Amino acid sequence: MAATSESGLESWRLVGFGRRILMGVAPFAAIAAVWQFASLFFPGYLFPSLVDVFWRCLAILTDWSAFSDVLATAGRILAGLAGAFVFGCLLGFLIVQSRLADRFLSPVLIFFQGIPALSWVVFAIIWFHGVEFRILFIMVVTTLPAFTFQVVGALRAMPKDLLEMVMSFRPSRLKFFRMMVLPSVLPEILTAWKVNLGNASRVVVVAELVGASGGVGYQLLQQQQLFDMAGALAWTLQLVFFVLLFQWVLTLIETFAFRYRAVSERAL
Amino acid sequence: MTSKDQASAPEIRFDRVSKVFGSPDAPSGVFRAVDDLSLDIGRGQLVALLGKTGCGKSTMFNMIAGLSEPSEGTVLVSGQNPFRNFDWFRGKIAIVFQNDRLLPWRTAIQNVELGLEMLDIPKAERRDTAKQWLSKLGLAGHEDDYPHALSGGMRQRVSIARAFATNAELLLCDEPFSALDEITAQKLRTEFARLVRENGKTAVFITHSINEAFDIGDRIVVLKRPARIAHDIAMSADVDLEEREKIRETIRASLSQ
Repeated sequence: MAATSESGLESWRLVGFGRRILMGVAPFAAIAAVWQFASLFFPGYLFPSLVDVFWRCLAILTDWSAFSDVLATAGRILAGLAGAFVFGCLLGFLIVQSRLADRFLSPVLIFFQGIPALSWVVFAIIWFHGVEFRILFIMVVTTLPAFTFQVVGALRAMPKDLLEMVMSFRPSRLKFFRMMVLPSVLPEILTAWKVNLGNASRVVVVAELVGASGGVGYQLLQQQQLFDMAGALAWTLQLVFFVLLFQWVLTLIETFAFRYRAVSERAL
Repeated sequence: MTSKDQASAPEIRFDRVSKVFGSPDAPSGVFRAVDDLSLDIGRGQLVALLGKTGCGKSTMFNMIAGLSEPSEGTVLVSGQNPFRNFDWFRGKIAIVFQNDRLLPWRTAIQNVELGLEMLDIPKAERRDTAKQWLSKLGLAGHEDDYPHALSGGMRQRVSIARAFATNAELLLCDEPFSALDEITAQKLRTEFARLVRENGKTAVFITHSINEAFDIGDRIVVLKRPARIAHDIAMSADVDLEEREKIRETIRASLSQ
């Protein structure tokens, strides 16, 4: 009897798992179907067949010189985000600790936020020679304000009662940071990475489109000049795959780091 | 100060202490939470600081804990200024707060280990100590539970274990059982008083409940707003039931004024 109910439970779990996979795949399958349907009625330079796009994707992934362009873009995104994160953390701590720094830096960062990414691309081309430095500069300045404000928000939102409790044990600065600050700001920091990853992937393409001789943005420019929609789509998908992959890594970190959180049986 | 003086010196001394919040220029003006208060608490005493909400109990508590500094006068704990010599008190003062204040990202045992980590106790040793305290407080088997999986009473037990685990000489408790149901609170009060006496600690227990002050304190200091002493009563075992009732009535009348 127990064995029967256990096998029943197992099959319910399988059904649930299958349903979740189906729900995850369904929207993309629908978009692909609409695209493929359109490819039957429009010329290939407007709506290429997904089979062509697939082969182009495979060609990028299997050809080292093409794949190195994808890696270059991914590296630029990560380097830019890491740079912005480090500077954002430094500025964030400064703003939280000093009212003077807050009054001085916050308006500057808000002003920076208003400058379009394309303007930064132009400034970078005029100011700097090295391609990599240009792109790093653009990535850092465009994502820095968001990172800084998110770090400031996370630090200010630290629960005061927990902070006092930890302080009552007289921790050293390092221990206070490790035991209190880091775990309490981590959820917002990971969210900031997720949000900024999307922004950075858009900015890097613009930067490469105008100021680089390699990378996904540069390759997109080539496809545009050749009127090659299948190629443009294949290169775009490489970037999307990278973003999805990195989002998945961040989600894994979240799942591990926030395993202490209570899960309500009733969802929002 | 001679060694004899040190031995007889109070553990906690308030010498003409006042604490003022705000400033005359501020829209809300000046608020005097503590007014010219002098109080000595001896080593090994379990003192209940009793008063109505807003009478300055928590302000006194914060000054003893070194979390805030008096505006006038001096607060000394073990002869040291707890605010200025903040780090000197590492491992010497432990606090049980009104709510449990457990770190949600740490399991019960990791929460108990927190104070021991500040003292750089080796991992195996602090794990043993934390386990023993959890066991003493009836939480064996819950070591690896996260706070969200524990009831309110269990969480407060963890916070008591966290305070005792550091073996601090002075325990400060800010209405630690006020959020619990009466039966659980009663049980924890008894346990707490037993542990304080068994381990020879000095404890300051803040409460607004007359019954709680009677249950726990071997000295009851009644405060009136702004924190000044209305009554200072020693509650030895010699005080009989009739006398206790009289004291209770006096305190009740004093607090209701």
